[in-house]
Amino acid sequence: MSKFNKKKDGDLPAVSTASLPDIVFMLLFFFMTVTVMKDNTIKVKNELPKATEIKKLEKKDRVITIFVGQPNQEYQKVFGTESKIQLNDKFANVSDVGDYILAERAKKPQEVQNFLTTSLKVDKDANMGLIADIKLQLRKVNALKVNYTTYEGDAFSNIQ
Amino acid sequence: MPRRAGAPEVNAGSMADIAFLLLIFFLVTTTIETDAGLDRMLPPMEPPEDDVVIKQKNIFTVNINKNGQLLVEDELTNLKDLRAKAIAFLDNGGSPSGTAEFCNYCKGKRDVNSSDNPGKAIISLKNDRETKYATYITVQNELVAAYNELRNREAQRLYKRDFTELENEYRNPETSSSLKEELKEKVERIQGLFPQKLSEAETSSSN
Repeated sequence: MSKFNKKKDGDLPAVSTASLPDIVFMLLFFFMTVTVMKDNTIKVKNELPKATEIKKLEKKDRVITIFVGQPNQEYQKVFGTESKIQLNDKFANVSDVGDYILAERAKKPQEVQNFLTTSLKVDKDANMGLIADIKLQLRKVNALKVNYTTYEGDAFSNIQ
Repeated sequence: MPRRAGAPEVNAGSMADIAFLLLIFFLVTTTIETDAGLDRMLPPMEPPEDDVVIKQKNIFTVNINKNGQLLVEDELTNLKDLRAKAIAFLDNGGSPSGTAEFCNYCKGKRDVNSSDNPGKAIISLKNDRETKYATYITVQNELVAAYNELRNREAQRLYKRDFTELENEYRNPETSSSLKEELKEKVERIQGLFPQKLSEAETSSSN
C-alpha cells in the first residue's frame, strides 16, 4: 500500500533548467564564430591613417573594399616589400581593379548597383602613386564614390 | 550522526543569465562597428564639353611634394596653417558689393586678389607619386575641415545648429522621412552657400 502513496497530490514536478545554459552557450559560440569569420583575412599591413572629419559608412551591402599596403611578413618573399593591392583574398595588379569592381557590382542586387561606395583601406605608408593608379581605374569603370577609410583621431599624428 | 546525502546541489539557474549577458554583448559589439572615413567623389572620365575659363585668383593651389612638404599658393606652408589659409581663401568674397557675385554672408577680408565668392572658389590639390598616403589624408582632412567649419558657421547663423550635426541626422537611416525632407532642404542650402569644389589633378612624377 505504501508503494502507491509516494506521489504527493497534484504537485507539478519542476522542469529542469540545467540544459538552458548549454543552449545559450551554443548560440553564443555560434555568433562569436560567425561574426569573426565574415571578415576577410588581410594579407597586407593595414594601419589606417587618422582623420577628424569622417563620415560613417552606412549600409555594408553597398560597400566594396580595396586593401592596399605592404605585404605581410610571410608573403614578402614572394611579393616583395612594395605596397600591393589586395582584392578579396588575393594580391592583384592595378589593372585588375576595374574588373574586380565590375564583378562585385554585378553581384549586388539591381537596385543598389548605382549607389555603391568604394572603400579604400590604405596603409598610411603607401605611396600616392599607387592610389592615383587605383583612382584612375575607378574612374574608368565609373565607380566615382570613394571613401578613404580612416580611424578617428588627430590627423596630425599621421605625420612622423 | 551526520547525514550522508551527497553535496548540496549548486543552483545553476543564473548560469543562463550570465550566458545571455555574454551573448547580447557579442551581438551588440560585433554589429555596431562600422567603418568611417573621408567621402570623396572622383571626377568623371570624360571632360566637360565646354571648357570653362577659371580666373587664377579663384584657384587655391595646394601642392604636396614627396617629402610631405606643402606649397600653398606658391608659398611653403606648415600643415597646421593650411586650414586657416583655406578658410581665408573660401570666405574671402572679393566681388565688390552691388554686383551679382557679391557674397553677403562672407566674413573674409574682401581682397580683390583672392576668390570672388565661395561658389567660384576652387581648391586644386596636386601631389607627387611618392607622397605618403598619411600626408595626403591629413591634407584632405584639413581641407574638408575648412569647409565644415564655414558650413557650421552658416548653419549656426541660420538654424542654430552645426552643419555636421544636421548632416549626420540626415544621413542616419533611423530618421523619419518627414524630418528627412526638412533636413534635406537645410543641408542643401548650406551646401549651396559653400559648395565643396576640390579638384585633384593627375599626380606628377617629376621633381
